[in-house]
Amino acid sequence: MSSTTDTPTETPRDDVRDAEIARVCAALGSAVVDSLVKPNDDMWIRVTADAWRSTGETLKSLGYTYFGFISAIDWLPSPYGRGEDDPTAPPVERSTVIKQGYAGGDTRFQVIARLVQPFTTLGINIKVDVDDSLMAIDSWSQVFAGANWHERETHEMFGIGFNGHPDLRNMYLPTDFEGHPLRKDFPLLARMVKPWPGIVDVEPLPGDDSEEEGDAS
Amino acid sequence: MSLLGDRQQLAYIAAQAADARVNVELETEGMTLNIGPQHPATHGTLRIIARLDGEQVLWADPSCGYMHRGYEKLTEVRSYPQVTALVNRIDWLGSFANEVPFILAAEKLMGVEAPSRAQHIRTILFELSRIANVTLFLGDLGVQLGAVTPVFFAFRDREYVLNLIEGATGGRFHPNFDRIGGLKDDLPAGFIDETRIVMKKLRGFCDQIEDLLFGNEIFQSRTRGIGVIPKDVALQYGMSGANLRASGVDWDLRRDQKLPLAYDKVDFKVITHPDGDSFARCWVRLQEVRESTRIVDQLLDTIPTGPIMAKVPKIIKVPEGEAWVSTENPLGEMGYYVVSQGDMGPFRVKIRSASFNNISITPWLLKGVYVPDIITILASLYFILGDIDR
Repeated sequence: MSSTTDTPTETPRDDVRDAEIARVCAALGSAVVDSLVKPNDDMWIRVTADAWRSTGETLKSLGYTYFGFISAIDWLPSPYGRGEDDPTAPPVERSTVIKQGYAGGDTRFQVIARLVQPFTTLGINIKVDVDDSLMAIDSWSQVFAGANWHERETHEMFGIGFNGHPDLRNMYLPTDFEGHPLRKDFPLLARMVKPWPGIVDVEPLPGDDSEEEGDAS
Repeated sequence: MSLLGDRQQLAYIAAQAADARVNVELETEGMTLNIGPQHPATHGTLRIIARLDGEQVLWADPSCGYMHRGYEKLTEVRSYPQVTALVNRIDWLGSFANEVPFILAAEKLMGVEAPSRAQHIRTILFELSRIANVTLFLGDLGVQLGAVTPVFFAFRDREYVLNLIEGATGGRFHPNFDRIGGLKDDLPAGFIDETRIVMKKLRGFCDQIEDLLFGNEIFQSRTRGIGVIPKDVALQYGMSGANLRASGVDWDLRRDQKLPLAYDKVDFKVITHPDGDSFARCWVRLQEVRESTRIVDQLLDTIPTGPIMAKVPKIIKVPEGEAWVSTENPLGEMGYYVVSQGDMGPFRVKIRSASFNNISITPWLLKGVYVPDIITILASLYFILGDIDR
């Protein structure tokens, strides 16, 4: 870890990861939409949905043989906020403007996977936009055996389909469960029926004027 | 397209083909065996549905979700400091180790680094929770294979470690001690001397278990050559921790990854075993407890002085960004992918727990084994239910 005290003006560089991302982008060609390197931290790429499966195969042949995880991110801001509304008060209007994360994106749902090169421990986060009307991408279960369960979990939690997956049964939830719990518009019912007592934790202490925030409640 | 591991799997099944032919001659009947969710030989509520031909498993399907608590959803409605209380309960035998990667991810996003004394104490508590966790595994292993004695030694000696954790943090099982920017408290008086004594006791425990269990002929014949996982299969299933190192992969995140923990200040061996069978997985864990006691001993000698808390605001708001941090937890690689949108709580947290990946290999691994070997294999893979279901 480089300390921030010595030369804060100089932007940190990471030659290893810069070279690695160049190698990955060259191998993937036009499949890569966007890429990002955070020096001494991590790498991100975003690929097109058509090339999702071939991305997995290419990265595996490039040495990323260790399968980390597959999951998804729902970028819609939650219509329920952080579940701290008073259930008796009238409902609050919230913005629904989607703020995308690293390596950008155009859709509400993004699938994210992580692969690691064993021994060098260089990891890469791969994102792909999931088309809202299709709600499905190709499966990685033929490329990485471990993807099988992760895709089942993503399918039941977000409702994203994986073409070519052998068996997209529910992992955790009962078979007849309706809805996809990790979607932001799926309400957390425990917070709907009773005010959350943990709110007091984050209220500013009396006499503490360093971080006065209006939205603490 | 064929899987990389198909060849190995075929070889593995072919090794038992002679027995299968006997099954045909005996005209064994097929039956479905349901193990769990409340079977005494499975710790936690993992249910396995196995289709048998005689004594051999045709296919096995683990059924998870009996303990799904939805932590990924719950983190979205909590503030960062509150999340540690939740993630404590993922791997409940090594609770403190669950807090560390989440706190490190939040610190990474905030650009905060804990002072070196805090990093040091974090590492000590991290290793203590590993010792407490794996000690119980070593005792439990005996119970699952029919030997009752080791579990009493394990519970007795784990208690010493839990007392240390309780003395330092106030919580036996769920310390909730790690804070963004440091730790809740400093070490109590007498902690260092007491820990040294306990580490000696734990090394004695390891010797005892090695004598009692690993030298036992029945134990060896029940574990050697059972449930062999080749190296490349282990990697593509994302197995980690001792399970991966028992397949001959020399990879330990404590050594190979640069994190603000004190592992670079100590000298320790990464234990591997070339066999990849159940015996190797158990043996690697036993040796790792020994190494952990040595790591703790070394760390106790070199605790730096100074503050235990960096300067962080009272109300923690984490700037926008995404971060991934994983550490070598008792069960394997545990990581958090934290997405922050500048709020007081995380926008999305993906919890990558070790047991989920480690257990996802079971449908592949249990094919063709005998019924008693199911228990051996599950025991040696070592999972915690909370770590699968989250």
